[in-house]
Amino acid sequence: MTSDQPTTAGRRLSRRHLLLGGAAAGIGAASAIGIDLAGRSSQPASVAPTAGPAPAAAHGGETVPFFGVHQAGIETPPQAHGTFIALDLRDDVDRAGLIRLMKIFTDDAARLSQGTPALADSEPELGVIPAALTITFGFGPGVFTRAARTQVMPGWVGPLPAFGVDRLEEKWNDGDLLLQIAADDPVTVAHATRMLLKDARSFARVRWTQPGFRRARGSEKPGTTMRNLFGQVDGTVNLEPGTADFEHLVWGGNNPDWMHGGTGFVLRRIEMNLDKWDRLDRPGREASVGRTLDTGAPLTGTVESDEPDFEAKTAIGFPVIPEFSHIRRARTDNPDERIFRRTYNYDEVPTGDRVSDSGLLFASFQADVTKQFVPIQKRLDELDLLNKWITPIGSAVFAIPPGCAADGYIGETLLAG
Amino acid sequence: MKSFPIPRLLVVTAASVLLLSGCAATAAPASETVEDAPTNTVALTHSEALHIEDAWVKAADDGMSAAFGMLENSGTEPVTLVSVTSAASERIELHETVENDSGAMVMQELPTGFVIPAGGSMELKPGGNHIMLMGLAAPIQAGDEVNFTLTFADGSSRELTAPAKDYSGANEHYEGDMDHSEHTEHGHDDHAESGN
Repeated sequence: MTSDQPTTAGRRLSRRHLLLGGAAAGIGAASAIGIDLAGRSSQPASVAPTAGPAPAAAHGGETVPFFGVHQAGIETPPQAHGTFIALDLRDDVDRAGLIRLMKIFTDDAARLSQGTPALADSEPELGVIPAALTITFGFGPGVFTRAARTQVMPGWVGPLPAFGVDRLEEKWNDGDLLLQIAADDPVTVAHATRMLLKDARSFARVRWTQPGFRRARGSEKPGTTMRNLFGQVDGTVNLEPGTADFEHLVWGGNNPDWMHGGTGFVLRRIEMNLDKWDRLDRPGREASVGRTLDTGAPLTGTVESDEPDFEAKTAIGFPVIPEFSHIRRARTDNPDERIFRRTYNYDEVPTGDRVSDSGLLFASFQADVTKQFVPIQKRLDELDLLNKWITPIGSAVFAIPPGCAADGYIGETLLAG
Repeated sequence: MKSFPIPRLLVVTAASVLLLSGCAATAAPASETVEDAPTNTVALTHSEALHIEDAWVKAADDGMSAAFGMLENSGTEPVTLVSVTSAASERIELHETVENDSGAMVMQELPTGFVIPAGGSMELKPGGNHIMLMGLAAPIQAGDEVNFTLTFADGSSRELTAPAKDYSGANEHYEGDMDHSEHTEHGHDDHAESGN
């Protein structure tokens, strides 16, 4: 994940020192530490001359390469904080406008992700702690319409089919453009969000913003499967970046040529009724999913990675993993019906008599939403005991364009020419 | 000078213009190493010595705007930027922002241009020195790329392309007549938003 960008690091570092060391000499020591870390992200942090974060544990300087075949923020190990934002394009934005917007977005993301303030960044001191920042862009149906490119819009872009469990609220649905902004530091996410939205202001308005979080960086071993706010180990069975399956099921598919290197994205806002969940005892909680709460092992196994045995029966002849359980229902014999999950918890301010407004930002990447995501959701819609406690209240689908080279911009393969 | 060949190689590697000039003055037999470093054996023109990074222009519908960026002089002589032209604006001036007698930050034209010291830099930024566009030919929209021609005191010139960005600061309002041929309208308090 951590990587230097040889082509730009030196130039950017010099720029950082000039900007922050010279013109803005008044900034604090903490920023100066960040500057050094950002420039030497793969090396041990030097001892800070003054008070600051413990050098050995500081992750603020970590960078994820921005340019490449694929956009960053998909194969990247999920950072601690992720904010999803949908934008609606203003009426006068056409293809030329989209090109201008995506050039600005690309430049902002390329700089900020490397710990360099964006151009015209009015809070440049907030831009020097990348903390593995990634900014990922997606296109909804509106982009294709405005760009007069509907003929190359993948068929799965647009609202998902309606499901019986859905209680969708318009304020969480759809959108023309997606931003996924993720980093291990919430201040970094806030600044990047602010910078991009400022730059989007004359092109689009915010349709919805959904901030999410996982365990803080460093709280547990990297690679630990996350727990949702029900306490469940959530995301055990997942595609693994770098595998042939991932290549095929995330980056492959029969998408139009401009999508090569891109993929499909679904965000489902899934409300989790914690107050109702409180009334369910532990065996009931485990049966609803088919996994134990302590380790996340299937009810037929002892460790999280054990394959569930759906044939195993109890002494009185019932399946150990109930037929109605979440993992039984999500499982399919069709190996193509798999997705890559990159989810975040949400925990908003409750209203009324509720004491929590919590849930899951179920974010998934898959080359073909119709062939991969929809069949899984259909099975869960038909039967999944977990549905008693969870409710999808938002839904959005976006095409994720491929990454770009340093002289290009995200979306170029769709918008140019 | 006993160890002459070695320092010369080091100097070329380090691309240290100052030391290299000294070396070249000794008129040592040309080696391939020296020939491979073509620009350093003669004095750089101002346009060659000046590196510009992170240039951007404030988007504006009409009237005035400004361009910013980092100017770095890699040469051994001061570089003086004396004028900037662009199809985007009928008049362009080089401005500095200074404190006036009443303590307000105001801008004023620098008729002598921007002087970037040898080996030094100058940041053009909101609230500081900037390239002032006065009388936009057409709206500059965010994401547009604006082309400029920079002319230096030694007569050399170079092109510069800068992207336009929305920016709420750098509010350079003039109370005077925009078509004023004598630019005497410096120092309005309206500028103060970009100062401290």
